[in-house]
Amino acid sequence: MGCAKRIIPCLDVTDGRVVKGVNFLELRDAGDPVEIAQRYNDQGADELTFLDITASSDNRDLILHIIERVAEQIFIPLTVGGGVRKVEDVRRLLNAGADKVSINTTAVLNPQVVEDAASRFGSQCIVVAIDAKKVDNQPFEWEVFTHGGRNPTGLDAVKWAQKMVSLGAGELLVTSMDRDGTKIGFNNPLNKAISDAVDVPLIASGGVGNLQHLVDGVTMGGADAVLAASIFHYGEFTVQQAKDYMREHGLEVR
Amino acid sequence: MSRLQVAIVDYGMGNLRSVANAFKAVAPSISVAVTSDPEQIAQAERVVFPGQGAMPDCIRELDARHLRQAVIDATQQKPFLGICIGLQMLFEHSEEGDVPGLGVYRGEVKRFPADKMHDEQGAKLKVPHMGWSQVHQTQAHALWSEIPDQARFYYVHSYYVAPEEATLTAATTAYPFDYTGAIARDNVFAVQFHPEKSANAGLQLLRNFVNWKP
Repeated sequence: MGCAKRIIPCLDVTDGRVVKGVNFLELRDAGDPVEIAQRYNDQGADELTFLDITASSDNRDLILHIIERVAEQIFIPLTVGGGVRKVEDVRRLLNAGADKVSINTTAVLNPQVVEDAASRFGSQCIVVAIDAKKVDNQPFEWEVFTHGGRNPTGLDAVKWAQKMVSLGAGELLVTSMDRDGTKIGFNNPLNKAISDAVDVPLIASGGVGNLQHLVDGVTMGGADAVLAASIFHYGEFTVQQAKDYMREHGLEVR
Repeated sequence: MSRLQVAIVDYGMGNLRSVANAFKAVAPSISVAVTSDPEQIAQAERVVFPGQGAMPDCIRELDARHLRQAVIDATQQKPFLGICIGLQMLFEHSEEGDVPGLGVYRGEVKRFPADKMHDEQGAKLKVPHMGWSQVHQTQAHALWSEIPDQARFYYVHSYYVAPEEATLTAATTAYPFDYTGAIARDNVFAVQFHPEKSANAGLQLLRNFVNWKP
């Protein structure tokens, strides 16, 4: 007995619309965020993640209105990330109805924000997102990247994960940038290395192309939750089909 | 000011909007408000005592707003629903920050012990316990109406309550050992999980609370 493995559809939002890219590039329109959120909720999603990838600061507040609307009609946990720079940004997202806020680039540039936000709002609502890529020019295997995967940091992803947990991160969202959008499966060795190194839950992200990949993410990658976007957005699979498949393969799901 | 049907106690810790949203969804016609006014809480028909974050901060903020007595009074007078830290604060003491609680019930709030956090296969169980776990109803209660035994609710916590009186427990959850997931006594019901984030099962529990006549 324990905790069901969570299935988390991810909605990348820009200028008020859901989009999906390939390897962080080539964005395609996938629909209205509130409608999509409702559909996933109806299919039995355990949680929803919204990543605001809006480039222009003029349109930053759009995500707050979207979260407000979603939180009025959907009663499962909502995580929001993207563009979080200050503790005040965390506060505004929580007030709009987010249950957790995901911090990525800012965690690297200014780790104090993670510590301050966790101590002010509680670790349970602070997720640190780690974008990692396999490298061969470092004394470690996976390097942390920022700014949507453009900038190398010189940080070892596993050590970075431990540091973030020590500062108060209550959960880690680990995206393999080698896998994101490729549909060849999660980077399970990366996820397993991080999951074994920390006590907090790990959400695996990046690379899901079929339902077996979700199972592998848990059994091989040690993930507590699996995040996917395109397999759900384009109607290849429903969340319910994903759950049925995971259950048939011996995993505990809701 | 007209009398609130549901007062959600606001002591400045975290976002209570989702709790209010969920009540509005299940009972659109009743008056629900988030409030830090002790008088409004005293007048309300029903009181919801939510909470998130660390218990020492919650207790401090509760006292800073002079809400302690209003909450204790409500536990003795009217339908009362505690959620998460709002359950934990009802007990005498918490290991989190080694602080006293409100002492409405005897017992301790304990941290999940590191040496027990693994399943039968030896796989590590994470803390915080975050996600959907089965809730086993250990006593019949109006708040379980229309909710199947072993329904899954959403939990997020690192500490759990250990009541001194076993009869207080209304539900248990296994993670990995059985701990108290809900308590019930007279006009009080309190849960460790988050009904406002537990989809249909959670909404049903809130609907049951609105209709409850203890």
